[in-house]
Amino acid sequence: MPDTTTSSPISTTTSAVTAADLLADEMHDVTVTVNGVARSARVPARRLLSDFLRHDLRLTGTHVGCEHGVCGACTVLVDGSPTRACLMFAVQAQRHEITTVEGLGSTPETMNHVQRAFAECHGLQCGFCTPGFVTTITAYLEDHDDPTEDEARELISGNLCRCTGYQNIIKSVLRAAEIKREEITRDEGGRA
Amino acid sequence: MTTRQFGAPVQRREDPRLLTGGGRYLDDLGHTAYEAAFVRSPYAHARILEIDTDAAVDVDGVIAIYTHEDLPGAVGEPLPVLIPHPALTAARTGYPLAKGEVNHVGEAVVMVVATNRYVAEDAVDRIVVRYEQLPPVVGIENAREAAHLVHEDAPGNVSAHLVQEVGDVTSAMAGAPHTLTLELDIERSACMPMEGKGVYARWNSDDESLRVYSSTQTSTGVRACVAAKLDLPLAKVECIAPDVGGGFGVKIMHPWPEEVLVPWASRNLDHDVKWTEDRREHFISSAHERGQLQEVTVGFDDEGRMLALDVRFWHDNGAYTPYGIIVPIITATQLLGPYKPGSYRVEFFSLYTNTVLVTPYRGAGRPQGCFAMERTMDAIAAHLGIDRAEVRSRNFIQPDEMPYDHGLMFQDGRPLKYDSGDFPASLAKLKELVGWDDFADYRAQAEAEGRKVGLGIGCYVEGTGVGPYEGGHIQIETNGRVNVATGLTTQGQGHQTSLAQIVADELGVPIENVHVTTGDTRRMAYAVGTFASRAAVMSGNAVALAAKVVRAKALRIAADALEVSPEDLEIEDGVISVKGAPGSSIDLGTIAVMSNPLRYAFDEAAKKATQFAGTFDVEKPPIGDDDEPGLEGQDFYSPTQATFANGMHAAIVETDPVTAEIRILRYCVVHDCGNMINPLIVEGQVHGGVAQGVGGALYERMVYDESGQLLNASFMDFLMPYASEVPFIETDHLETPSPLNPLGIKGAGEAGTIPVTAVIASAIEDAEGFPITSMPISPPELWALRRAHARKDAS
Repeated sequence: MPDTTTSSPISTTTSAVTAADLLADEMHDVTVTVNGVARSARVPARRLLSDFLRHDLRLTGTHVGCEHGVCGACTVLVDGSPTRACLMFAVQAQRHEITTVEGLGSTPETMNHVQRAFAECHGLQCGFCTPGFVTTITAYLEDHDDPTEDEARELISGNLCRCTGYQNIIKSVLRAAEIKREEITRDEGGRA
Repeated sequence: MTTRQFGAPVQRREDPRLLTGGGRYLDDLGHTAYEAAFVRSPYAHARILEIDTDAAVDVDGVIAIYTHEDLPGAVGEPLPVLIPHPALTAARTGYPLAKGEVNHVGEAVVMVVATNRYVAEDAVDRIVVRYEQLPPVVGIENAREAAHLVHEDAPGNVSAHLVQEVGDVTSAMAGAPHTLTLELDIERSACMPMEGKGVYARWNSDDESLRVYSSTQTSTGVRACVAAKLDLPLAKVECIAPDVGGGFGVKIMHPWPEEVLVPWASRNLDHDVKWTEDRREHFISSAHERGQLQEVTVGFDDEGRMLALDVRFWHDNGAYTPYGIIVPIITATQLLGPYKPGSYRVEFFSLYTNTVLVTPYRGAGRPQGCFAMERTMDAIAAHLGIDRAEVRSRNFIQPDEMPYDHGLMFQDGRPLKYDSGDFPASLAKLKELVGWDDFADYRAQAEAEGRKVGLGIGCYVEGTGVGPYEGGHIQIETNGRVNVATGLTTQGQGHQTSLAQIVADELGVPIENVHVTTGDTRRMAYAVGTFASRAAVMSGNAVALAAKVVRAKALRIAADALEVSPEDLEIEDGVISVKGAPGSSIDLGTIAVMSNPLRYAFDEAAKKATQFAGTFDVEKPPIGDDDEPGLEGQDFYSPTQATFANGMHAAIVETDPVTAEIRILRYCVVHDCGNMINPLIVEGQVHGGVAQGVGGALYERMVYDESGQLLNASFMDFLMPYASEVPFIETDHLETPSPLNPLGIKGAGEAGTIPVTAVIASAIEDAEGFPITSMPISPPELWALRRAHARKDAS
């Protein structure tokens, strides 16, 4: 006997729009501070923070690799802490400070210590996962000025990269810490 | 003095842009485009009885819903068989949207176009498809048994059967003092780039032209397919690969159904349309690779030298064969590695299963071939009690035997003839690097501490830089900017740097002036694509040839202007001067002005080229008979055959005596890709390749259940290595130039991946003392093997 099956991810009485659907589609005016600037858009409740940043604000430096919080490509800083933008709704980001890769340095001349270290150490290939690494590492180095190689490896072990084999990313972490230390020394020297 | 760029570890010129959020990947484009989503088959094998889209039509924001019935003409026909082969007797391809039957979970059945992806997915959820399930064929054994068929008209589930033989294997085997047979098994993995596929199409109804952006490894290939499917003149279609977030092979396959449907929908709706693949879609509708069962019989003498090698393997090609039988052909030919087999017969069956189709993934059939050959080498060594490196060395092709013709046909339809390589030197370097001869002491020390360690080795040869050709086009602007274009695409290999290095040297200009464009059919319409570790070899040599053309033209114009012979001129830092008389000079920007006689001055520099500037000979036409305006030129590189890179890896692993956890303590690579353009980039390619190899050896597998459901179709369940799983990679290089191309280079992209599974199997076997024949291997599997062998030893 052939096994005849109806396939639909939802029940066959499909035209019914549920309350949850309506809630998800309800529009909200969202204002979020992104890279130091208050940005507003009117978005549905279900709009992911990653899509809000990318498509509403056109900050496409934040990339989406899995949309289930595993790869880390969409990592942004929420009040300074690395956060997966694909696991957060835009409406949840209100009253928070978001920093994307563009906010760390948006031109070659203004690259921060992590971005510069990646360029020096060949820490990226296709560049898709890179913004998630750069934000994560930048946050870590805020309060770890001289990580060991093992600590650097541990630090980046929540982000997937399919190109580099991670070796040069680890090198980049160590170099970024070094650049940051040099900058601090130089600043202190300047003040003295 | 211009510093030579070729061979220097130049920092990548694309990086500042990519590091600051300036990359433009497919989904970074087209913010106002309609977006597509697909109803995909939930069954591995089924007949479609009915598609009910009524409930979806009313979803606010839905623009169009398409099923196969809606697809006109060639759009509704089967997708092309890209690489036909005489042995591929039962080639089958899918339709852009399934017609009556589905053959794997994930096959596209209905396309929804909506104002955005959220709405498109809402509509997808409301579409009801009724199926009649058919018996699925899952796994190579079931395909081979053929109790059920994937395609009713492909008997035995066989798409292709191919036998190649060199020498008389039967009699050589009969006369061999020793023979061994190995049965081996490799499971499926996948490229899994961080960016999935994606297509964005912009139909322009005013001039009836189409621009397609695709996250592809071949923009010229996509362009040709789209033009053919949509019945458009080629001149009305342009295809651009924007920044591409990794490919590793899956994006050389084309056209994907979406690459036909999205452009078609854009024209149909007269609106931009975009599709961005999500991760689950990538797992169940993009390609996988690797799955093979192998049976190797080898005959050898008392010294361990092969006399006869007889290989049969069964290759899982998935549901369709649009990419032909390239993967098993590569396994069959590249299996031989650096060795002389004595005599060789290889036979394969490429089999249909109701699973995602199989097309090349970094290494493309070579990891499987290398696994078969290297397991065989270890088996010979164990059988005779000879050192494993020594057995390999006794079977090597020697440097004085190069070029070495195996007598087989390679994946490009041309002879499998190695151009160069020094295998004994590579092995010596590897043994030195890993400390081969000291390992016994290390093991004894570890054993004394209650630890189990093993040393593994794997050697490979990789045919790289296959034809047919690539081109380079170079144009110098009046401000001295050098625009370089090549048609193949970039997915992270750093072509904007490595190709610029080559051009900077050839032209004598600062690298900062050189700007490279890849994968844009507007700039270079003739190209093949980025695969088979071919970009540096093919486009590297093509842009070098193009640079020579432009250099010659620049020198000719300068020689006229300076009233000297071109031979007396040199170019440095973008300035042409008379050798020994640096005062007499002219910069390339000015030559560019002079090369283009003008009527209209568009800027200050251009005034010099206008008709009343008095800078020309009135007796001569402004453009000579055999000349063209502009300081530009192009050339193509087309080799007679592939160039063969090689390498050898060794690893030390530790296996936990209790939990069977497997840890790689050291990983050593010796790699020979001829002359290196940029050692920084080569090194990076090797690292990334090894990491993917480690994934394939220890973690990654596509777990299908018996009904053809992919059980681990997410990053939660499909285990790709994080930094915590990839060992520190120690590398050393040999540079044996290729005699086949002017730059002496060989490809490097895939090398790192090829031997890893073989090396790790070898090391685990060495640690454990029983054969490892099936990869990848997990701690539970190793633990079960230990138990099985302990029982066998006890009985």
